[in-house]
Amino acid sequence: MSINIAGLTVGQDIGSRSIAVTRTDLVKYAGASGDFNPIHWNEAFATGVGLPGVIAHGMFTMGAAVQLVTDWAGDPAAVVDFQTRFTKPVPVADTTGTPEAGAVIEVSGAIGALDADAGTARVDLTVVSAGQKVLVKAQAVVRLA
Amino acid sequence: MTINPDLQGRSYPAAEVYDVGREKIREFARAVKATHPAHFDVAAAKALGHLDLVAPPTFAIIVAQRADAQLIEDPESGIDFSRVVHADQRFTHHRPIIAGDRLVAELHVDGVRAMGGGAMITTRSEIFALGNSDSADVREPVATTTSSILVRGEGQ
Repeated sequence: MSINIAGLTVGQDIGSRSIAVTRTDLVKYAGASGDFNPIHWNEAFATGVGLPGVIAHGMFTMGAAVQLVTDWAGDPAAVVDFQTRFTKPVPVADTTGTPEAGAVIEVSGAIGALDADAGTARVDLTVVSAGQKVLVKAQAVVRLA
Repeated sequence: MTINPDLQGRSYPAAEVYDVGREKIREFARAVKATHPAHFDVAAAKALGHLDLVAPPTFAIIVAQRADAQLIEDPESGIDFSRVVHADQRFTHHRPIIAGDRLVAELHVDGVRAMGGGAMITTRSEIFALGNSDSADVREPVATTTSSILVRGEGQ
């Protein structure tokens, strides 16, 4: 699959998805990334430093959100630049032992800019959890065939 | 404890080599809920023209945060890790990270700005792939990552 830049327009929607997150997901991300900050897995520690509870790694949210772009582009290597600001934490409730999510992250993407000379499209992501924008200026630049 | 303003402009040279393994790419991909076959299936990655499994777009954070640890754990930095909040992050890929890559990261402290009783610190990791020789002279730029962390002061 390849996307032709000529067929894209600024503002065009590339889709959306909903990501369910549990405390187990945060433990997996900690192990996979090597980021063992206890605010992401220990309730007492998190509240002790003034957080509402255990929060997701910002890098978990960033990494999960970009999958919408990767799948749209058809090749993970097409994402040549990806940036964001972390504006609000994503508290993840302890739902261990139940099938419930501890948080839900809603991701949607739209074409923010096109550069025909460079052959790139910028996808702007909107990333929301519990009604709050958790990432701001989340932008992925995709190289198109 | 206050943040040492002299950190600005400091660099930490490339330290240990990070060997990118297939299982680590698969594990990291699962951890960010990625399902693209190029992260899991060598044949699928090769069909897209890659030499081996392709890492997800944020995989370089593993290497970058190891480099950042040199600064955070530096007793001269004055950074209390439990008061660190990640403020922003950027990845610029010069080429994709592929299983089999042998990566090193050079850390640069680009900015230190006092904020309240704390500080905003911006770091940049220049990530290179080594050739087979391990010679520091033969290295290919792979990614540049930049990251800002807010170290909260007391009462923030």
